[in-house]
Amino acid sequence: MGKIKILISGNEAIAQGAIQAGCNFYAGYPITPQNELIAYMAKNLTQAKGVFIQAESELAAISMVYGASAAGARAMTSSSSPGISLKQEGISYLAGAKLPAVIVNIMRGGPGLGNIAPAQSDYFQATRGGGHGDYQTLVLAPGSVQEAYDLTQTSFDLADKYRLPVMILGDGILGQMMEPVTLSARKIKVLPLKSWALTGCRGRKPNIVKSFFLREGDLEKFNLELQKNYALIRRQEERYEALYLKDAKIILVAYGSMARIAKSALMQLRGLGKKIGLIRPISLWPFPQKPFQLKNKKIKFLVVEMSYGQMLDDVRLAVCGRQKVEFLGRSGGGVLNEEEIIKKVRELVSS
Amino acid sequence: MAKVIINVQKCKGCLLCLNFCPKGLIKKSKKLNLRSLNYVEFDPQGECLGCLQCAVVCPECCIEIRE
Amino acid sequence: MRTFKRPESLYDNSTHYCPGCGHGIAHRLVAQVIDELGIREKVIGVAPVGCAVVAYDYWNFDCSEAAHGRALAVATAIKRVHPENIVFTYQGDGDLAAIGTNETIHAANRGENLTVIFINNAVYGMTGGQMAPTTLLHQKTSTSLEGRNAALHGYPLKISEMLALLPGVCYIERVAFDSPQGILKAQQAVKLAFENQINNLGFSLVEILSPCPTYWGLNPKAALDWIQEVMKKEFPLGRLK
Repeated sequence: MGKIKILISGNEAIAQGAIQAGCNFYAGYPITPQNELIAYMAKNLTQAKGVFIQAESELAAISMVYGASAAGARAMTSSSSPGISLKQEGISYLAGAKLPAVIVNIMRGGPGLGNIAPAQSDYFQATRGGGHGDYQTLVLAPGSVQEAYDLTQTSFDLADKYRLPVMILGDGILGQMMEPVTLSARKIKVLPLKSWALTGCRGRKPNIVKSFFLREGDLEKFNLELQKNYALIRRQEERYEALYLKDAKIILVAYGSMARIAKSALMQLRGLGKKIGLIRPISLWPFPQKPFQLKNKKIKFLVVEMSYGQMLDDVRLAVCGRQKVEFLGRSGGGVLNEEEIIKKVRELVSS
Repeated sequence: MAKVIINVQKCKGCLLCLNFCPKGLIKKSKKLNLRSLNYVEFDPQGECLGCLQCAVVCPECCIEIRE
Repeated sequence: MRTFKRPESLYDNSTHYCPGCGHGIAHRLVAQVIDELGIREKVIGVAPVGCAVVAYDYWNFDCSEAAHGRALAVATAIKRVHPENIVFTYQGDGDLAAIGTNETIHAANRGENLTVIFINNAVYGMTGGQMAPTTLLHQKTSTSLEGRNAALHGYPLKISEMLALLPGVCYIERVAFDSPQGILKAQQAVKLAFENQINNLGFSLVEILSPCPTYWGLNPKAALDWIQEVMKKEFPLGRLK
């Protein structure tokens, strides 16, 4: 069978990727700009014999994901910024109970109700745990519809492998834009055996899914176990794309949709003979450290975001004072265009 | 006649059983169990009817009734 | 001659509950019914946040924790993933009728094939005896010092009556731990609520008026009498649906 290529929106591609990865449970609550995802699931997950529930709230949706994951399912939910704030309760519980799950955040403008325009202002709540407690979610940021489709599948595998919630962080542009996607012939592998799952205690001791450790010392011990897992993920799961780093004097750093616009500016500047490079972090947590380990102290990094500087902190930490880190950002629905980036690069070249 | 076995180490001395025994065969002990709680004891001479009221009302499920 | 022994579904542990607390009785009833129906290896329980947060330390079958109020969302998902298992929630009044009202109403309205054991003791016990949605008028708590005042705090919430209005609901009954007879009736209700699920009849809830001697400021026997004489007037017993 030849490869099938379809034209599909980012939201739908994530949904299709999930079904392809063997997702058999989805619970969600409507919110713009991710509504195509829930609608796609309502139709296609049900056809794939999975469970689809339109929940009464984001709080309920994430707790349903918690229950489904506890029962051993490959579970997913999706939302957008204000909805993700609500889901943080359940995400913390998922992390505390070591339950795998995939959470999609198609970011919109904030704070508060904000607007429905694209934004990248949830970087902090995605990469810093987000809810209460010392925990992390693994965060992946696709830059195209194809990558959204592919990374969604990867997310389920990573969630099961490391037993933690994985967040797919996209923005309104990625969610809404339609692009051709080559459907993978990825067969659903035999899903990993989950000996901890709740299935009824026939022939074994009862399983308990919980995040509560009241006895003195137990919670600290459990937290150290989590930290060990996070350290392993840091070592093994850095993902990024790097372009023209060898001779670059200015390196753009951007993720998601913003990275596409940055890349377009980069190609124009390269066409003019300017030595510009690009680092596109794909895993936002763990944040890629390797591409930033550059010896030339004259390099300047220019972080470009649809926020007022959130990933900027991670770039500064990765660069660790070796080089200058500059910033260009718009938010609240404002999207930087190529000209604005090129103008900023020219300023940096001449300064 | 039924045999009443009280697990005195589990008893918290709430005395509900004592209150509901129709024959008054359960008494509060003056002794303390390992958790320093006054437990209840079944009157060794008492003739239990096997009505189960004490066992049914016990929150700790520490009363067993045997034939 | 009748005999009585600890059910297999209840571990041989001491509970952390105060002397005379109704939770111990309710845990045992659930375990006893599960034994009687022979479903211990099929049951998945969902414990609440509140005094019964570690109910899974006492029950000898699979259990999940849920965030405060979200037990019915968690249970909904477990049951949908494993329709062949028997799934129940065990929730207090704060959990089910305050922070979890939304989850409760919508799980009931979807007619989820679940069993709910609802412990109504008219206070928040775990946190130190604050006013609950079901606290009676004039009842003193640490957050209604002069007693619950309708003008300030509203009225005791009759969530079971509200749920009985929903077409998705199969069975609702209110029972009381006010005497050994009341407890035996409660056991029958709990059994029916599990049987309904086994027979795929939909959402079943048993509300148990349960003593909290500590935060009612009464000795255990007086707490049972208070249910009998006061609480039952506000929360009448019987089958609501």
